Amino acid sequence: MVQQRTNPLRKYIRNRKLPHFFCPGCGCGQILNYFLKAVDDLQLDFKKIITIGGVGCTARIPIYLNTDSLHGVHGRTLAWATGIKLYRPDLKVVIFAGDGDLVSIGGNHFLHASRRNLDVTVILVNNFNFAMTGGQVAPTTPFNSVTMTTPYGSKENTIDVCKLAVSAGATYVSRWSTAKPIQTVKSIKKALQHKGFSLVEILSQCPTNFGRYALRTGDPEKVLEWIKNRSISKTKAEKLNEHELKDKFILGEFIDKKRPVFQGTTLFKEEDN
Amino acid sequence: MNKNIKHEGRRIKSGIHFILGNYAVVEGALAAGCNYFAGYPITPANEISELMSKRLPEVGGIFVQGEDELFSIYSVISASLAGAKSMTATASAGFNYMQEGIGYASAVEVPCVIIDVQRCRGENFATQADVMQMRWGASGDYESIVLAPSSAQELFDFTILAFNLAEEFRNPVIVMSETTIALMRERVEIPEKESIEIYKRMYTSLTPEEYLPFKAKNNSPPEFAPMGKGYHTLYTLNYRNEDGTMDWDAQGYKKLYQRITGKISENKDKICITESYFLNDADAVIIAYGSEVRPALDAIEMARNDGLKIGMLKLITVWPIHENLIKEIAKNIRRIFVVEMNIGKYAKEIERLCLPFCPVTNITKNMGIIHTKEEIYAAIKEAW
Ligand SMILES: Cc1ncc(C[n+]2csc(CCOP(=O)(O)OP(=O)(O)O)c2C)c(N)n1
Ligand SMILES: [Mg+2]
Repeated sequence: MVQQRTNPLRKYIRNRKLPHFFCPGCGCGQILNYFLKAVDDLQLDFKKIITIGGVGCTARIPIYLNTDSLHGVHGRTLAWATGIKLYRPDLKVVIFAGDGDLVSIGGNHFLHASRRNLDVTVILVNNFNFAMTGGQVAPTTPFNSVTMTTPYGSKENTIDVCKLAVSAGATYVSRWSTAKPIQTVKSIKKALQHKGFSLVEILSQCPTNFGRYALRTGDPEKVLEWIKNRSISKTKAEKLNEHELKDKFILGEFIDKKRPVFQGTTLFKEEDN
Repeated sequence: MNKNIKHEGRRIKSGIHFILGNYAVVEGALAAGCNYFAGYPITPANEISELMSKRLPEVGGIFVQGEDELFSIYSVISASLAGAKSMTATASAGFNYMQEGIGYASAVEVPCVIIDVQRCRGENFATQADVMQMRWGASGDYESIVLAPSSAQELFDFTILAFNLAEEFRNPVIVMSETTIALMRERVEIPEKESIEIYKRMYTSLTPEEYLPFKAKNNSPPEFAPMGKGYHTLYTLNYRNEDGTMDWDAQGYKKLYQRITGKISENKDKICITESYFLNDADAVIIAYGSEVRPALDAIEMARNDGLKIGMLKLITVWPIHENLIKEIAKNIRRIFVVEMNIGKYAKEIERLCLPFCPVTNITKNMGIIHTKEEIYAAIKEAW
């Protein structure tokens, strides 16, 4: 006899919102699951979690969640997060950002939120392109890739978002991929418990756009395979030289440290006289 | 928010002061209960941020100097959604950047206050050239509430009014300041705390199960739910249903924006404030707003001394425009003059309303300098 059972994470999803709008094989559904698994494992008070998305496929993850959420403006997620976190430090703020949202249009906010050590968690879904708009080149698109706006291949260098975050002052930074669910969930848990600016970059397959244009395949498995083949652990990477690391995605934790969190640009102090 | 407020008693500096217009804005905001401010350096608005950085933390509020004006407006919006009374201040070039946020705040119905100290492009000379941007700057449909002070005292008073209107109508409210008044020192009287009226935000009494975040009466804002209490409200720019979920519905979209614009356009009588001078026996009327009200009034005195019966309608609320009142006035006089410091922008709006009834003459000056009373009087005489 088949027993009908509800997914234990279903309780975190808004009523009447499923099915979601992600393409078949998209990584966003997996990442939504990883996040909810992390929240559930940690038994966090879901009422106190505020989720934020900008625009893009990734940015739509919050619209499925039973949380207070902000959505619909491109690249301003960290500005939103700051207003909420400073005024209500008791709330946990989680941002779901696409690579375009976070480091193209929102790049400046990203530097400054890292620098300030704003106490929020950013889950970056790096699908190597602007997916929702139809597969244009992004700051994360590998050099020479063909996209909808690089018909002859991209001649722009890519951003290593994790490196950028570390050098700007973020205090928890890691990179995983949808091919590594266990490590990703574990890392999201660490990020959620971390006091300070935490970033979990998740390399994710976009079969519909990045897959078809840059990799010439719309098969999610093959796109995932491409990510896996290019991924290398941080420990292994430490033994390789720059040339050997070319075109590789380094997975692992890049920083985990404590530093005072942002509460405002200037904090009241009694004048001594 | 800083729970160990040390000096709440320092919030309202009741008494008589001789202060900069920009400082009057800060004192007004504090008196209104402002507890979150974000700004980005720009002349001639800097004194607002500078005094805020000192005054706000001492009363337990939060001050942030953002990385740009987009940060300012968006963090002010989200702080408001989290429960704060929030404000930002900028000048024209920075006001450009804020348009996107003003569009979002209008669509999602977020109370917040924006001060725009207008300046000439790249220079800090006097102008009122942003008057149309304050109304039409953002993409999409919305209505603006814009207040135009003409003195340091009014900068204080109207900043409080701006916070109250923002809360009452769940809409951003813009205070249209100008170099002239922002950088002028004047007498400002700050009343006792008890006599300052504050509009307090009302939160829903419904449970999360009953609550629908965007359900509201016609031409009215919806009720707020507190953040982080299980109401799971989705504040999205996109079209959303009354229950807050994001599903396109053509009829619903039409209805939503009828309500969002209607809550202002259909409540003009409640929102619009004007002051009248010598209207009873006037043959002609000057319409002016902001600092131009001052030389205009002086010009009227000159004209009256010479026997020309001229009056003035001072617009405190520049947007929405008080259509009925202006039309009524136009029906009973020979001519309307519009005095403003730009290429003649608001004059077009007055023409739209008044041309069937009387001619409109615009008296404009667009060279970084406010009109003198002589200039205004000369223009009146020429057209008389
Ligand atoms: C101000 C503004 N510019 C551009 C757009 C169009 N737009 C929608 S989504 C998007 C980018 C999506 O890329 P990314 O952030 O990587 O998210 P993804 O869809 O790949 O998850 C853009 C440019 C917009 N909505 N607003
Ligand atoms: Mg992307």
